[in-house]
Amino acid sequence: MIDNAIKRKDLLGMDDLTVDEIEAVLETAEKLKEVSQRDIKKVPTLRGKTIINLFFEPSTRTRTSFELAAKRMSADAINISASASSVVKGETLIDTAMNLEAMNPDAVVIRHPSPGAPHIISRLLKSSVVNAGDGAHEHPTQALLDLMTVKEKKKRLSGLQVVIVGDITHSRVARSNIIGFKKSGAKVRVVGAPTLIPYGIENMGVQVSYDLKESIKDADVIMMLRIQRERQEGALLPSLREYSIRYGLDMEKLEDAPKDVIILHPGPLNRGVEISPEVADSPYSLILNQVSNGLAVRMAIFYHLLGGKE
Amino acid sequence: MSFLLIKGGRLIDPLQAVDGLYDIVVEKGRVKDVLKAGMLAGNDLKNKGKVIDAEGLWVIPGMIDMHCHLREPGEEYKETIKTGTTAAVAGGYTSLAAMANTIPVNDNASVTDFILNKASVEGAANVLPVGTVTRGMKGESLVDMGELKDAGVVAFSDDGRAVMNSEIMRRALEYSKAFDLPIISHCEDTNLSGAGVIHEGYVSAVTGLKGMPSESETVMIGRDIALAELTGGRLHIAHVSTAYGVELIREAKARGVNVTAEVTPHHLTLTDDAVRGFDTAAKVNPPLRGEKDREALINGLEDGTIDVIATDHAPHSLVEKDVEFDAASSGMIGLETSLSLCLSLLFKKRINLSALIEKLTKNPARILGLERGALKKGFKADIAIIDPNAEWVVDTSKLYSKSANTPFRGWKMRGRVVKTIVNGKVVYG
Repeated sequence: MIDNAIKRKDLLGMDDLTVDEIEAVLETAEKLKEVSQRDIKKVPTLRGKTIINLFFEPSTRTRTSFELAAKRMSADAINISASASSVVKGETLIDTAMNLEAMNPDAVVIRHPSPGAPHIISRLLKSSVVNAGDGAHEHPTQALLDLMTVKEKKKRLSGLQVVIVGDITHSRVARSNIIGFKKSGAKVRVVGAPTLIPYGIENMGVQVSYDLKESIKDADVIMMLRIQRERQEGALLPSLREYSIRYGLDMEKLEDAPKDVIILHPGPLNRGVEISPEVADSPYSLILNQVSNGLAVRMAIFYHLLGGKE
Repeated sequence: MSFLLIKGGRLIDPLQAVDGLYDIVVEKGRVKDVLKAGMLAGNDLKNKGKVIDAEGLWVIPGMIDMHCHLREPGEEYKETIKTGTTAAVAGGYTSLAAMANTIPVNDNASVTDFILNKASVEGAANVLPVGTVTRGMKGESLVDMGELKDAGVVAFSDDGRAVMNSEIMRRALEYSKAFDLPIISHCEDTNLSGAGVIHEGYVSAVTGLKGMPSESETVMIGRDIALAELTGGRLHIAHVSTAYGVELIREAKARGVNVTAEVTPHHLTLTDDAVRGFDTAAKVNPPLRGEKDREALINGLEDGTIDVIATDHAPHSLVEKDVEFDAASSGMIGLETSLSLCLSLLFKKRINLSALIEKLTKNPARILGLERGALKKGFKADIAIIDPNAEWVVDTSKLYSKSANTPFRGWKMRGRVVKTIVNGKVVYG
């Protein structure tokens, strides 16, 4: 069904993927998207394969998406969340991973609050490891689904002006997207309060701006990041109210953006904080397309990593 | 009593400004004579002692590490006085200043006594205990410095933790003047370093690992220099890692402030690039910094701003290191790789031989007030014999340290210790 499957054991980050690999995944995802439109939403491609979702952080959306992706490819999927696992009894990450390995899964999807956690277990496991978010480091399937969503709408990625807005310092979505869009030939600008933009980010080839209204004037794509409510404590932000006024996207600020701008958000939304309800529900918003594409991208990743060969 | 004769080696002894071919005679644990090679009649010592042929080798005073963690008492699963000193002599070190953050901490004479007793029974090298600055290392009140001095500590340090309270630091620098012992300061503003686990810079921006800025070190170096200036106390800055830190020390020395400083072999060798693969062996505090910092540290070493190279040997077991990067303990072992890493600066012509050896022998002896660090007539015979051309590969299973946490595993090294002599006895090789 699909040619040139990418040859790698793991998907740890966008940093590892070549442009050709990114394109191959997006192409596969476009083909697999149709499966979810069918009456019987299943292909037999990965029958007999086992996929474990190992989540050390609460997540509904991403976990569900990975689980459904596995099931629509006919793989067996089980979910383990940190609160339900042995971690609370003091078991180390490596012990947990080795115990799962002993059950011979084909892939382990891991989300973990510590950057590099998937990399550590990938060195020990024979099964494929998929990074579903490691701290503030990477979230590669999110970037792939964002690339897919933008490409569907704009028919290209190269040359686009992408503006990523919010808490860049603590965002794995921002890091993976910066790498993904840059590799695909787009220009990236990050926007946010100076306390939320890390020093050295310019060396990733991005522009930095502290002014949202000004920075979206030439935007083809605006990506709003979720602001963690707990960030307002401490020294990073004076208040969510001030954040919302300066960096929340509402219809008034959007007036200065090009008419064909599209708006993404990785979810879950803080309506009224980083994005106003009017913007979230406007025709510019592709938030729900992102969710559908997320499923397709994750099916494609499983397809590529777990063979899918006859 | 028999002699030990070290024959025909190239002696490098910065204290006596000696670099040449010499024979060294050791008797009763002390240096009896240092003579130009060949001056000794062949039959003078025949059948009366042991002869070590050092032709083609370098002979230096035994190295003094003024900053290491031996972990005993309390964390014997990481290292003991026995294993730590055994690793030390394998690396050419004959004296070690053992940091005070043991369990319990070395804040009273009974802990100091325990360390010294244990070292006299099991130690392969001389162990010089460091006392804490504050009781319980809590940063709140001064230890009984007089009692600790009498028990045998060579310096005071809350290393591993910063003395955040400036008033306490001021009084420590002031009070210790009565004993002429240095305060070794771990310079870190812990509010500024926060939850940081690596250097704040491009690598922290890319990996999402929390960064701690260079300024968490430099603001404290600045503070401590100001306090040393105020009090006239003896300040020694531990493990400088930043370019601006070096600059602050350079300026302070030019003004005549009573300050000395050390740098580690790992900060001279690696940058934060080493943590990009999330290798917890490269997690250390202060963190590996940027290339500009590394360059500045080497320059500071060359021009004398930095007096000493010290290992900050910090053993940790797999329990602390085989975990997520955020959760891993900071620190790396260094006693057995230090000499080779230091020599690489020599081979790259970044520092001359005498200046390098001085940072490992003469200068730490001066700062700690030891009658060691030189091969002078009458001095204790602490000697390391080095083959500068020996090549070896770091294999952690072959190291003497109880722990294996080094980012240098697998590295090809040049220059190795072939024999180490402590108090006149061959303890290694």
